[in-house]
Amino acid sequence: MTSPVSIPHTNGQPLIRLRGLRKSYNLGQPAEVEVLHGLDLEVKRGEFVALMGPSGSGKSTLLNVLGLLERMTSGSYELLGEEMNGLHDEGLTLRRRRALGFVFQFHHLLPAFTALENVTLPALMTEGFVSEAQRAHARELLAAVGLAHAEHKRPAELSGGMQQRVAIARAVALKPALVLADEPTGNLDQASSSDVFSLLRQIHAEQGTTFLIVTHDPRLASRCDRLVEIVDGRIERDEPIGAAAGQPA
Amino acid sequence: MNWRRWLGFEWRVAVKFLREGRSQTLLIILGVAAGVAVVAYISALITGLQASTLAKTLGAQGHITLRSLDDVVLSAAAPEPGSTRLAEVQPRAQRLRSVINWQLLLPVLEATPGITAVSPMVSGAGLALRGEAVQSMALLGVDLDRYDRIVGLRGKVVSGTARLGPGEAIVGRELAHDLGLRLGDRFSVQTASAGGTSSGATVTEVLRVTALVDLGVKDLNERTVIAPLRTAQSLLGLPGGVTQVDMRVSDVWQASAMARELRQRYPLKAESWQENNAQLVSALNAQSVSTAIIRGVVMVVVVLGIASVLVVSVVQKRHEIGILRAMGATRRQVLRVFLLQGLLVGSLGSAAGLLLAVAMIWLFTTFVRGSDGLPLFAITLPLATGLNVALVATVCGVIAAIAPARRAAALDPAQAIRL
Repeated sequence: MTSPVSIPHTNGQPLIRLRGLRKSYNLGQPAEVEVLHGLDLEVKRGEFVALMGPSGSGKSTLLNVLGLLERMTSGSYELLGEEMNGLHDEGLTLRRRRALGFVFQFHHLLPAFTALENVTLPALMTEGFVSEAQRAHARELLAAVGLAHAEHKRPAELSGGMQQRVAIARAVALKPALVLADEPTGNLDQASSSDVFSLLRQIHAEQGTTFLIVTHDPRLASRCDRLVEIVDGRIERDEPIGAAAGQPA
Repeated sequence: MNWRRWLGFEWRVAVKFLREGRSQTLLIILGVAAGVAVVAYISALITGLQASTLAKTLGAQGHITLRSLDDVVLSAAAPEPGSTRLAEVQPRAQRLRSVINWQLLLPVLEATPGITAVSPMVSGAGLALRGEAVQSMALLGVDLDRYDRIVGLRGKVVSGTARLGPGEAIVGRELAHDLGLRLGDRFSVQTASAGGTSSGATVTEVLRVTALVDLGVKDLNERTVIAPLRTAQSLLGLPGGVTQVDMRVSDVWQASAMARELRQRYPLKAESWQENNAQLVSALNAQSVSTAIIRGVVMVVVVLGIASVLVVSVVQKRHEIGILRAMGATRRQVLRVFLLQGLLVGSLGSAAGLLLAVAMIWLFTTFVRGSDGLPLFAITLPLATGLNVALVATVCGVIAAIAPARRAAALDPAQAIRL
């Protein structure tokens, strides 16, 4: 786990290392289709990476494999120096819980839980109860995303942008090493979308969390430090962008 | 802190899920409650009915009765080996015979676990005479205290005080009416002497009525005369003997097995109330089987009801399950969330159902009356029965949740989120 601020943004340790990663659907059937054709990719701790590509290029599949939601067909995926290929469902689930945070396009909060309960859910899931310290931490996070006043509101009572900010607070609640965001602003108007993106950059700056963000929006991509572009299941482009020196946008 | 950790997450999510689908949850809890109420009420009703029937039947007889073996005709000589003998044997007339060694047997029987009361009795036929009235009667010679423990005789006295001093008798209500007897009146009892009717001699004794009893069956009331043991012994020509030993046991359903054991142990005829009331026993068994079938069917309906609601819930909550799985909830945690929902629905429904059953029983005992204005029979819901039904329903809730829970646990998180 990273601790806030003190960790240099790019300290050189590989967080993700993909070697010849392939992913096929309908394996062994006539309709078998390979979506990812042997990807090699390294992401270091503290990077802020944009993942772009046209629809159907395989970026969501890549995000799912990186997020341990789907298994690769072949190849190697090391997360925090540990090989993920071959782990059983329980092993993948526990690593997902410990090391990863997710922000989805449609915020995906649990509708029956209040904003605060949504943010403390990862702690509840891990410990079986929510300590006062964790509750306080969750309140700080909600305050940090500008929703201190909304902790007792349910998702249905919040706007789309507010819901997405709750989802971000939840994703980083247990200080994961890597946050995977699938078009986190895809469902928001331009102003909200810019706010949410700024929030991600702010958390990155404060906590040193690594971000991998799938986006269609070139303007947002340009606010990242590195751009990886996938076309037809292959990495077409992988280069530093924006300020490129790794400064927060 | 461990108690807080244990299933803390699963518990919270299960409760939230149930509260989210409030009307659905309420309906199924009501369904379970109705099922539990029906089962608990039927159980209480049948138990009450059976207890009342048994009490009425067993009130006038011992649970196990020991008698001497029948007289049988033995063949004069064993048949030649390899030969077959054809014989027609006239069965012997059965005379009154005493249970051998009954004085020694009493303390042994009393010390036998499961036997709560033992009473020797000499019984035989005779005539009750008063003035011009002659009634046939059954003469029972007993030790009052012991006999009272078998049939609760003192509780059946309708007038007078049960007392059996020398020359005293307790008489059935109808017989007293037929003879025109009141308390304190005397009447004659006439029996054939020990030599049987063929000798022509009869024995007569005058007895004084101390109490009239209602034994619950008119037929018995019309012919019962209860006299002291000694008086009956001399009247029936069986000095020092008793024709039967009645016993009461703590568990009436064990009577048959205990009778079998007694038959093996002593050269005596041992009959249980079940053997003497085979039709009643089969009727009671039929009731119990019907109750079991009703319970089974209702529980199956409860299981199907809970299962169908949870199956729908799994489909409705696919998305949320996907989010939880993506966040790191294990398959087992998701499984437990749904099992807990089954448990919650089952236990809440059970609690409500028991209250409903108690209300139904109250209605029954308050408003359903017999022709005499008294409650038909007492029905209560014993705590053990109630808890048993509730436990079964709760377990049914968990069982019902197994299939939906497994479906939920097997959901692919990536697919569930995409929906």
